[in-house]
Amino acid sequence: MGLKSWDRQRRERQARLDAAAPLAQGKIVPTARVSALLRALIRPGDRLCLEGDNQKQADFLADALAALDPAEIHDLHIVQSGVVLQAHLDLFERGLARKLDFSYSGPQSAAIARALDAGKIELGAVHTYIELFARYFMDLTPNVALIAAVQADHEGNLYTGPNTEDTPTIVEATAFKSGIVVAQVNKLVDKLPRVDIPGSMVDFVIEADRPFYVEPLFTRDPAAITEVQILMAMMALKGIYAPYGVRRLNHGIGFPTAAIELILPTYGEALGLRGKIATHFALNPHPTLIPAIESGWVEQVHCFGSEVGMDQYMSARPDIFFLGQDGTLRSNRLMCQTAGLYACDMFIGSTLQIDLAGNSSTFTNGRIAGFGGAPNMGADARGRRHASPAWMQAGQEAAGEAGSLVRGRKLVVQMVETFGEKLVPRFVEELDSVRMARDLKLDLAPVMIYGDDVTHIVTEEGIANLLLCRSTEEREQAIRGVAGFTPIGRGRDRAVVERLRARKVIQRPEDLGISPLDATRQLLAARSVQDLVACSGGLYRPPAKFRNW
Amino acid sequence: MEQFQIRIEPARPASGGRRLASLGVNASGNLELLVERSLPPGEAVFDIATAATGFRDLWEAVISDLCARLPVGGLHFSINDGGARPDVVGLRLMQGAALMEQPA
Amino acid sequence: MNAPGMNAQSDYYYEASARERAQGLLDPGSFTEFMGPQSRCLSPHLAQFNLTGAFDDGIIIGAGLLQGMPVYVAAQEGRFMGGAFGELHGAKLVGLLRAAAAHKITAVLLALDTGGVRLQEANAGEMAISEVLRAIVAARRAGVAVIALVGGRAGAFGGGGIIAASCSRIIVSGHGRISVSGPEVIETNKGVEEFDSKDRGLVWRVTGGRSRALLGGADAYVADRISAFRDAALAQIPNAPPFTLESLQAEQARLSQRLAAYGTCRDATEIWRQAGLEPPAPVADLSEADYAGLSRLPEADHDAR
Repeated sequence: MGLKSWDRQRRERQARLDAAAPLAQGKIVPTARVSALLRALIRPGDRLCLEGDNQKQADFLADALAALDPAEIHDLHIVQSGVVLQAHLDLFERGLARKLDFSYSGPQSAAIARALDAGKIELGAVHTYIELFARYFMDLTPNVALIAAVQADHEGNLYTGPNTEDTPTIVEATAFKSGIVVAQVNKLVDKLPRVDIPGSMVDFVIEADRPFYVEPLFTRDPAAITEVQILMAMMALKGIYAPYGVRRLNHGIGFPTAAIELILPTYGEALGLRGKIATHFALNPHPTLIPAIESGWVEQVHCFGSEVGMDQYMSARPDIFFLGQDGTLRSNRLMCQTAGLYACDMFIGSTLQIDLAGNSSTFTNGRIAGFGGAPNMGADARGRRHASPAWMQAGQEAAGEAGSLVRGRKLVVQMVETFGEKLVPRFVEELDSVRMARDLKLDLAPVMIYGDDVTHIVTEEGIANLLLCRSTEEREQAIRGVAGFTPIGRGRDRAVVERLRARKVIQRPEDLGISPLDATRQLLAARSVQDLVACSGGLYRPPAKFRNW
Repeated sequence: MEQFQIRIEPARPASGGRRLASLGVNASGNLELLVERSLPPGEAVFDIATAATGFRDLWEAVISDLCARLPVGGLHFSINDGGARPDVVGLRLMQGAALMEQPA
Repeated sequence: MNAPGMNAQSDYYYEASARERAQGLLDPGSFTEFMGPQSRCLSPHLAQFNLTGAFDDGIIIGAGLLQGMPVYVAAQEGRFMGGAFGELHGAKLVGLLRAAAAHKITAVLLALDTGGVRLQEANAGEMAISEVLRAIVAARRAGVAVIALVGGRAGAFGGGGIIAASCSRIIVSGHGRISVSGPEVIETNKGVEEFDSKDRGLVWRVTGGRSRALLGGADAYVADRISAFRDAALAQIPNAPPFTLESLQAEQARLSQRLAAYGTCRDATEIWRQAGLEPPAPVADLSEADYAGLSRLPEADHDAR
């Protein structure tokens, strides 16, 4: 055996720390030295996580990084869940970074598609959140992590507070594999409310010139909920939640699921479902859930992240939410995604396109939107080994008469209006994402939820239960049978669809005993953001953009 | 704007006794619907004024589906449409038909 | 199965349609609509602009009973073209007011929900508003109490603000906004430093129902319920000031006083402070009950208007 050294990474780390040490007092670096700090710590070709997800971003560090000289720092490999800031794109436009592995892009979805097309980004993969987190511990471990926290003390302990989100996972992967962790904080303090990240995992702390921005991403104004969405919500409650007795679930962030949250205390109550459905959630703190919580529907909620304006409300409801001893929310995306994957019996959410096999995607022409957590929420977890009534019933329906050993199935419900903005059909022959994958020569077409995981589709026309379909032809007709007046819907075989309806594979509002006259906004337990504030006893403090009083 | 009339022979005559129903508002993505019981029971007429041009075939599809599903014979539907999507049109028509099923 | 409010009339004023407001304000089943949708009174102008109309041109008028007392009611549909006044829309209201004067009806409830004049019918709309003002004056002279109700999404802006000010009494809810120039108009003409129309808190503090009621710009404040508007109308009708030289002079004096005392204030909060009102929380954030506990400015109760 030769003299192999086993601590190359550790020595590399130490060399960088030594280079940065003169800039710091202990772990604390003055705000103005941010560029010098990053130049001392980052090397060309580094794998770098610039903390950013759908809500919180290390935006101060992102701006500083994007302004560095590409002659000095280049070929970075960015591994982070959200590419959402202009600065994130600038890294690629300016030649600082080359390769990208991410999960979610939201507002930058069009810019990413353009940068890919122009060859500015070499795309690794578009992941789901936990998939990317998993790779942090396998083959995408960061050399440097630039993270965001609310407060730090002089030992480098961090308080990440309600928006803890990805931070513990990023730090865990980086700090224990000889990586370097730099935290931007809103404020340096002597004593933290609680320690979310121990200082022993943090190398440098720098006070940002402004608090990190948090986008109110999960606030749906009840004033914008339509009667069609209320009709769909009624069908979902009566046709899916009630018969399966779904208690543990995750909701998407669209208006149809917001409508469900708001009719639990009215329509759900009238159906006698309180305590029988929707008691445990893996969910961001949706303001539209307030009326259901206040009327005693919800037993507990674990959160991926937080939501602007909800902190005080959650602090006042410790029986419902996960709080620290300091009384503020502790969110954790990895933990909540895991809860959603293994401990939820149902995912219900919207999508932008569905094809004839039930595959769905939010990637539409020219937009690489990413997935976030939806593919994990909306997938049957094959490793699950505990039974629940909803899970077993879904499994029974899928197995039919066949199979003596029946395993359960997660209910995966797609809720879509048949037409989107500008009369664009939501049901299509081929997903835009499949065409885009061909054009961009991607190895894998970005499908958000695969058709074989989808169990139900809810539209304004009715519910299709795909578990009861016994052939691909039946599945296709069941999907066409709820696709309304889109070309896909109009291409249905009417006789087959009527036979499916007789077997309850397709159910219309009238089959469920729902009158169209009842689908009115009177059913909403709150009709405005102001109603939500009142319902919370003034504890919910919506951001200015949602105020109209 | 586009205006047209669709005449249809529905499967069943309207039940109920109500003479008139008015619902919805002509606003963006919404529509105003007036339903009158004024025709012979074997006939239904739809007078449509719509802000979105070029969708007559879609209107015909929505209306023929409605007439196959619900008893609307004898009813005259008048619509001022602010560019509602077919799902909203379908819901309003169903609501109008349901109102007319009520007693006088 | 019986969910609350299902298939039944809702009591929420803001969410209600004009027709639901007209019906809900009156004794159940007593509303008779004049020139209802089946008369197909569509605007003759909109089609020229390639626009679809409304069968009632966006205003519901009719007669009914208010606790047994015969009254007339008019309600604008704020969701149709922002409740704006066109020629026919205005003519329906003018006719109703003239009929009220001719028949010595005790009161007209005027549920305003309007941004002012319909752009496509500019001149006809302006004339309509002038005719409405004249008809209100004539009705009031004839002893008719004209009660303005403001609580819809369009508020009472432009000519609608002037119409509100010419009524006998004004009843407003928290959603209701009353002004002449709209926030966007002020910002466009005077700059964002003068008035930031995107600052919705500021817009509501200046034009919103709570401020208007505290300062005397409205005579009664109610919760967002049709029944609350109805009760307030019942209370205000007997108190409606006569339309006399004295009441006009009193109004002039009240407004001069207000201008002298608060003319330099740039936000409603400054007025409250100057008047010695220090609300425990921003007025907009108080619950309806806490707001009801606030005292209005002393001069807010007046014999003017």
